Amino acid sequence: MRNWWKALTILLLFYTLIGGLLIPVPKQVILYESIRNLYFHVPMWFSMIFLFFMSVVYSVKGLSSNDLTHDTKAKELVNAGIIFGVLGTITGSIWAKYTWGAWWVNDVKLNGSAITMLIYLAYVVLRGSLDDEQKRARIAGVYNIFAFVLLLVFIGILPRMTDSLHPGNGGNPGFNNYDLDNNMKLVFYPAVVGWILLGWWIASIRIRISKLNQKLDE
Amino acid sequence: MQKIRKIALTKEIIQLLKKDILVELRQKAALNGILLYVVSTVFVAYLIFASLEELSTWVALLWIVLLFASTNASINSFRKEAGREFFYYYSIAKPQAIILSKMLFNAILQTIIAALTLLLFNLLLGNPMENNSLFYLVLFLGSLGISTILTLSSAIASKTNNNATLTAILSFPIMLPTLLTAIKASMLCGLGFAWEDCQVYIVTLGLLNIVIVMLSYLLFPYLWRS
Repeated sequence: MRNWWKALTILLLFYTLIGGLLIPVPKQVILYESIRNLYFHVPMWFSMIFLFFMSVVYSVKGLSSNDLTHDTKAKELVNAGIIFGVLGTITGSIWAKYTWGAWWVNDVKLNGSAITMLIYLAYVVLRGSLDDEQKRARIAGVYNIFAFVLLLVFIGILPRMTDSLHPGNGGNPGFNNYDLDNNMKLVFYPAVVGWILLGWWIASIRIRISKLNQKLDE
Repeated sequence: MQKIRKIALTKEIIQLLKKDILVELRQKAALNGILLYVVSTVFVAYLIFASLEELSTWVALLWIVLLFASTNASINSFRKEAGREFFYYYSIAKPQAIILSKMLFNAILQTIIAALTLLLFNLLLGNPMENNSLFYLVLFLGSLGISTILTLSSAIASKTNNNATLTAILSFPIMLPTLLTAIKASMLCGLGFAWEDCQVYIVTLGLLNIVIVMLSYLLFPYLWRS
């Protein structure tokens, strides 16, 4: 059973979908049933950060070994991460519309996510403007590491210094304090694992496609 | 042995920095252009606003002018090292010495730009700052952060074909932590807060600078080798 984790992914995500929509949730003013979006919106960001982190790991490996397969992995992990970032933004935007009354508000957490997207789109543009494979691997790797560290600073430290509408910041209660009861934890944690595994799965398929394309080009 | 190597690196940095300053003083390519750029931008702002009473507009305008002036100043940092001269520099100097000397040079240039911009702002648009000495510190640290990020970004961009656009695309998003912290701290200085209240932001700025310089020092050799 080499692919046990893929079966686990499917199982967890079906559980998230069914359990997430049926298992009772606490009644919160303003949030009401939209609290179920927690199982979809939050894991998107966790998966994105996980994929970007793994991409940096492969960039470090690539820089220290000059192996081009590491670069392919780093690239495809970023691409998969961008998908999750876009999905996280969309789910967050819909949620914001029904709870805060606007699709987008000027808020550190939200701006942080927009900047994350900009950084990784810049990474894609940088790769596009380099032709030589060895050179591209090295330069993109350098930028990936540099950008990720500064990104961590941005989304980790800055929101804690200012007020925010977003749960978990500036006196706003996070979902883990009292909103998240045991029923929700029962769905939330499996959902996080499921979505992260799905991200890894998408990335691994993309890596295989990209390796095959490279073979075809040779 | 370790000590000798350290001294050699410092010597190389000083030599390269001297060379950069000398070239700059002879050609005055970057400095004159940037000074004119700053003067004309601030003058346009002066014609539009006449005087700026509102603190947030003043602070935002100052940092925007500084951001674009420093982008223009550092965009060509590695132009001289990009062509055939690359092999010459590659053979005579350590990559660490090259990046550190470039960063120092850009930091000096940026400090001059910041000082001049501030002077012009004070002359033409007034000075809403309540806590001046602390604001100078914020201005210095913020400029330092901007110039160091731009140095590495332009090093990355110099290895590609579309140098000018790419420097901006690469550096602006990753510059935001530094820029936003600096703006927040400037606002607090403008409102007259003391050191105890701005401490968090100023320490964050300092730490950000250290992180950026460390990362550049570690990563630049890989960039340089290609």
